[in-house]
Amino acid sequence: MIHFVVHEEGDGVGVVVVEGVKAGQELSGWIMEDDKDVQVTARNDIPIGHKLALRDYREGDTVIKYGVDIGKVVQPIRKGEHLHVHNVKTKRW
Amino acid sequence: MNLSNTTFFGYKRENGRIGVRNHVIILPVDDLSNAAAQAVEAGIKGTLALPHPYGRLQFGADLDLHFRTLIGTGSNPNVAAVVVIGIEDGWSKKVADGIAATGKPVAYFGIEGHGDHETIRRASQKAREFVQWASELRREERPLKELWVSTKCGESDTTSGCGANPTVGNAFDKLYPHGVTLVFGETTELTGGEHLVAARCRNDDVRKKFQFVFDRYQEVINRHKTSDLSESQPTKGNIAGGLTTIEEKALGNIQKIGRKCLVDGVLDKAEMPTGPGLWFMDSSSAAAEMVTLCAASGYVVHFFPTGQGNVIGNPILPVIKLCANPRTVRTMSEHIDVDVSGLLRKELTPDQAGDRLLECMFRTANGRLTAAEALGHREFVLTRLYESA
Repeated sequence: MIHFVVHEEGDGVGVVVVEGVKAGQELSGWIMEDDKDVQVTARNDIPIGHKLALRDYREGDTVIKYGVDIGKVVQPIRKGEHLHVHNVKTKRW
Repeated sequence: MNLSNTTFFGYKRENGRIGVRNHVIILPVDDLSNAAAQAVEAGIKGTLALPHPYGRLQFGADLDLHFRTLIGTGSNPNVAAVVVIGIEDGWSKKVADGIAATGKPVAYFGIEGHGDHETIRRASQKAREFVQWASELRREERPLKELWVSTKCGESDTTSGCGANPTVGNAFDKLYPHGVTLVFGETTELTGGEHLVAARCRNDDVRKKFQFVFDRYQEVINRHKTSDLSESQPTKGNIAGGLTTIEEKALGNIQKIGRKCLVDGVLDKAEMPTGPGLWFMDSSSAAAEMVTLCAASGYVVHFFPTGQGNVIGNPILPVIKLCANPRTVRTMSEHIDVDVSGLLRKELTPDQAGDRLLECMFRTANGRLTAAEALGHREFVLTRLYESA
């Protein structure tokens, strides 16, 4: 069962690809680029399509997905937490 | 899928281009002519009116784009013949003459001096002739390289970047070596990944043109923005689907151009490409605007990946929808032509997903209606550059 996918080794986020992920749930991830497995415990309920943090972040950190910068952290995030517009913003506009 | 020597069945037009649909369209030049155009459509079975809200007091580059879009739409090989209706003769003739350069049958009618009743009577007579003539045209077998394929995604979510968009990329990588004419666009939706597109440009000349239009669009955003554009770009629907920033959305978007094909040239909005290969068209990222521009540039089949379930279609360009989000595939199945949600469960390889899309492309080109066509989606949305005079 794949609960979340990760584009590349080194990415700091995974994408939940199943419905109904609950806080405390043990999640299995698939790193697509090199076909590896990774395990993370969800700290929040996370809807399908939304991201979970694969590491701890401090304010001002950069989030990497697809091996590329996708924005800046605006409040601390712990591994397994829901990572979205409430704690990450664009650097561009 | 081995694409060597593959063919499709299309309509050969007077200028040599191949269409996959055989529409007779009733094309209003301006908002005032929509009523007459729709009255002709109602009376003559098999015609298609393309109402829109513009065409009055536009000027300069915005007016040029208006004409280019209308003429391009009429010139598209998915269109067999065109009846143009405008409030007056002059601009109606200009649009009709532009379309007539393809050699296809065109007639134009101005409403002033006649009124709606008389215009509808005369235009209907012509529309009936065109439809009966077009109904006898037959499809013929043509090589794959004569197919023009466009792409643009909509209501994307994170599954677009890991499923549906890479599927388009896989299909583009397979079509490209066979001389197919391809296009992508969505200028602002490359923000954060523009360096990746620049790196894929065939040479410095193309790269310079790409960077010029990219920077020009960034200036538009910077001039008018009142926030970081969150909820506009990415859209509210993108955010509901889990996309957080424009950078993340852009990196998913760019998956549509695959890993191998090069960007061979840059097009202005609704500009026709001059040869095969992958083109970048400077365009809005709004779905109906971009797809309308693809149709006006001469593309005949469209790949539209969605995550949250954009329902868009186009009057003349068949829009094939693919989706990797299992919830959307379940809750909005009537809109999805190709289900690639198996990619996220390792039940489908990217290569198999690409083949599934190509198989749907051939069936669509050969005449099978897409979900959007069957559901009557005919979004025809003209891009405006600035206010009318």
